[in-house]
Amino acid sequence: MSIMALTPPPIPRDGPLLRVDRLRQWFSSGGFMSPRLTVRAVEDVTFEIGRGEILGLVGESGSGKSTLGRAVLRVTDLTDGRVVFDGQDVSTLSKRQLRPLRARMQMIFQDPFASLNPRMTVGQIVGAPLRIQNPGISRSEVEARVGDALRTVGLADSHAERYPHEFSGGQRQRIGIARAFVLAPDFLVADEPVSALDVSIQAQVVNLLMEIKRKLDLTILFISHDLAVVGHVCDRVAVMYLGRIVEIADTRTLFRNPRHPYTEALFSAVPVADPSRRRQRILLKGDLPSPLAPPSGCAFRTRCRYAIPACAEAVPPLAHIGGGHQKACIRDDLALQPAC
Amino acid sequence: MGAPEIATAVLDVRNLSVAFATHTGPVAAVHDVSFTVAPGETLALVGESGSGKSVTSLAVMRLTPPAPRTRLDGQALFRSRDGTVRDLLAVPERAMRALRGNEIAMIFQEPMTSLNPVQRVGDQIAEAVMTHRPVGRREALDRAEHLLARVGISDARRRLAAFPHHLSGGMRQRVMIAMALACDPALLIADEPTTALDVTVQAQILELLQDLQRETGMAIVFITHNLGVVAEIADRVMVMYAGRIVEQGEVGPVMRAPLMPYTQGLLRAVPTLTVSDGFVPLTSIPGTVPSPTALPPGCAFEPRCPYALPGLCDATTPPLDDAFDGQQVRCLRWDAVAALEARP
Ligand SMILES: Nc1ncnc2c1ncn2[C@@H]1O[C@H](COP(=O)(O)OP(=O)(O)OP(=O)(O)O)[C@@H](O)[C@H]1O
Ligand SMILES: Nc1ncnc2c1ncn2[C@@H]1O[C@H](COP(=O)(O)OP(=O)(O)O)[C@@H](O)[C@H]1O
Ligand code: SF4
Ligand code: SF4
Ligand SMILES: [Mg+2]
Ligand SMILES: [Mg+2]
Repeated sequence: MSIMALTPPPIPRDGPLLRVDRLRQWFSSGGFMSPRLTVRAVEDVTFEIGRGEILGLVGESGSGKSTLGRAVLRVTDLTDGRVVFDGQDVSTLSKRQLRPLRARMQMIFQDPFASLNPRMTVGQIVGAPLRIQNPGISRSEVEARVGDALRTVGLADSHAERYPHEFSGGQRQRIGIARAFVLAPDFLVADEPVSALDVSIQAQVVNLLMEIKRKLDLTILFISHDLAVVGHVCDRVAVMYLGRIVEIADTRTLFRNPRHPYTEALFSAVPVADPSRRRQRILLKGDLPSPLAPPSGCAFRTRCRYAIPACAEAVPPLAHIGGGHQKACIRDDLALQPAC
Repeated sequence: MGAPEIATAVLDVRNLSVAFATHTGPVAAVHDVSFTVAPGETLALVGESGSGKSVTSLAVMRLTPPAPRTRLDGQALFRSRDGTVRDLLAVPERAMRALRGNEIAMIFQEPMTSLNPVQRVGDQIAEAVMTHRPVGRREALDRAEHLLARVGISDARRRLAAFPHHLSGGMRQRVMIAMALACDPALLIADEPTTALDVTVQAQILELLQDLQRETGMAIVFITHNLGVVAEIADRVMVMYAGRIVEQGEVGPVMRAPLMPYTQGLLRAVPTLTVSDGFVPLTSIPGTVPSPTALPPGCAFEPRCPYALPGLCDATTPPLDDAFDGQQVRCLRWDAVAALEARP
């Protein structure tokens, strides 16, 4: 029995599988000795993911991608806004109310080292979601499904007896993937699922993810810093900067006709495996500004080579520019470099 | 014994082998690896997970578990700033401690595990400075601030007080680099320093390392599995598979016309920045790196190699051949493979 055969895809319903509406996720820091400060990790984010769709989410470290991913899975308590999963508003559900939904919404984590409990065997790790969802499940059922999941990700049944430290980084990430798929979910937040893997294995895992996706009719929020992988895998791509979506479009449009200067800079930074094409990149100067004190107006203006004084005035709205393409930049006169 | 000759190299590794003692017997993780790095030069070390890249660099740093749990063979000749040449595999642990984080620095794959989570980053960098330099805490903190600014951390003075978990992954890696640079090393070993970072930050870190290298003339051994990164920064590249060097040479020839089927496979697996109609499966190398305890007979790559010839490749262990342009390759059929690859 293969992992794909376990749960049939849910009966298709109308509307997007996930709707996120003006979502805010703030964190307060400081307090005791220092003034309380608020990090607006996700600010006013609105988007949808259609059933069976893969939405890519790209942006620099600290832009809020993981926070957004955790928020839509309701790992955190939302500061404001709504998350509607399969027609059900999950924004304010309690942990207990969320439990039945957990089987349908899974996450693959960014850090294969931190996300696996070193004292648990691989079998216990991969089997844990099964036991949590279904406390009465038999031992042999768990073993069979764990074995399926391990084989699906290219490991062997015998690996179930071993501990995470006995595996290489690549193998540990596969264990995390096996854990995410063992419940056969229909929505997956994949947070940098292949960034710790080497290319050959990355290709295997991406192909594997896509195969499982097709069979389970999975809907995926695919967080990645590898724009080449995003280009191969995603139907649409959202670009995040300092907590906001600054551009969103179908993948082809975004790659061929980016309309936000930040998107252009992201593409330009991608290293190309051809030493004769070592080129002058549009290198973003400085670091992402502190989210504690984001620049006024367009948050990207401090690093944008096209900034004009008007950019400081107001936060540019994420405006529709046709064909489902949206961008948050006040300049319409830019001829930006495509990705390819 | 007189000082061995190492020409101009900062590091000259000769016939390095590393074996771990485990309860199931010895595990030969690295086999007969030889390479050099010159001042101002960047050598990229590539290969899949488990191929022995980290063990090679950890052995050079003498950070593998102590004997008898690890057996190190061969030499790792290191030329200090004052010109003295020492075999890192033979110097006493005390001398090694004085070199580590001083003349030889290392940054790791996982900055979070190498940073102390409960100590402010300013104090951590300052401590790295004070370990090797006769300076007070105040001066060390000033140096820490300067280093943080140098590695592109905005608001450096305030960031001195930050704990590692306050920082993003990119910033943590910058802190690691700042710490590594604290004592102006002659050799920097960077183990997958940009693997977990996104592209803009990666581009900045690569540019930063190149700038720092131009300024200081340090040699860099850059471990990565990203061939895009190799193309951007390396002068020379060394490909490892199952604990052995399988191809080595100037970055141009190796990446334009790789001779070893493994290098060819790695290059094909790099996804290009393109869009297609629907998902086109990525080219992968089937299978995985064999465990060092269960190496296939003959060529270790044979079970995964599209050019493998039964009776030859599974019977004979290929030597590291000199091909051309200083390019070395470990393949019994490299000239035949080159002819096949050259066909349209
Ligand atoms: N302390 C140890 N005891 C036993 N075997 C070990 C030890 N450390 C590493 N190995 C083995 O040595 C081989 C090489 O490991 P190494 O960590 O160098 O690979 P790598 O290329 O750096 O992979 P990754 O990219 O995943 O870190 C692997 O098969 C690994 O399991
Ligand atoms: N629990 C928290 N407390 C305070 N700040 C946080 C917390 N989690 C995230 N942040 C801040 O939110 C911002 C976005 O973080 P994150 O979601 O991790 O970004 P990404 O995944 O894109 O790297 C960062 O500035 C980060 O420091
Ligand atoms: S609004 Fe101004 S600063 Fe912002 S991206 Fe557009 S041009 Fe640049
Ligand atoms: S020796 Fe044979 S199996 Fe090994 S790489 Fe060459 S052709 Fe392939
Ligand atoms: Mg993240
Ligand atoms: Mg490693």
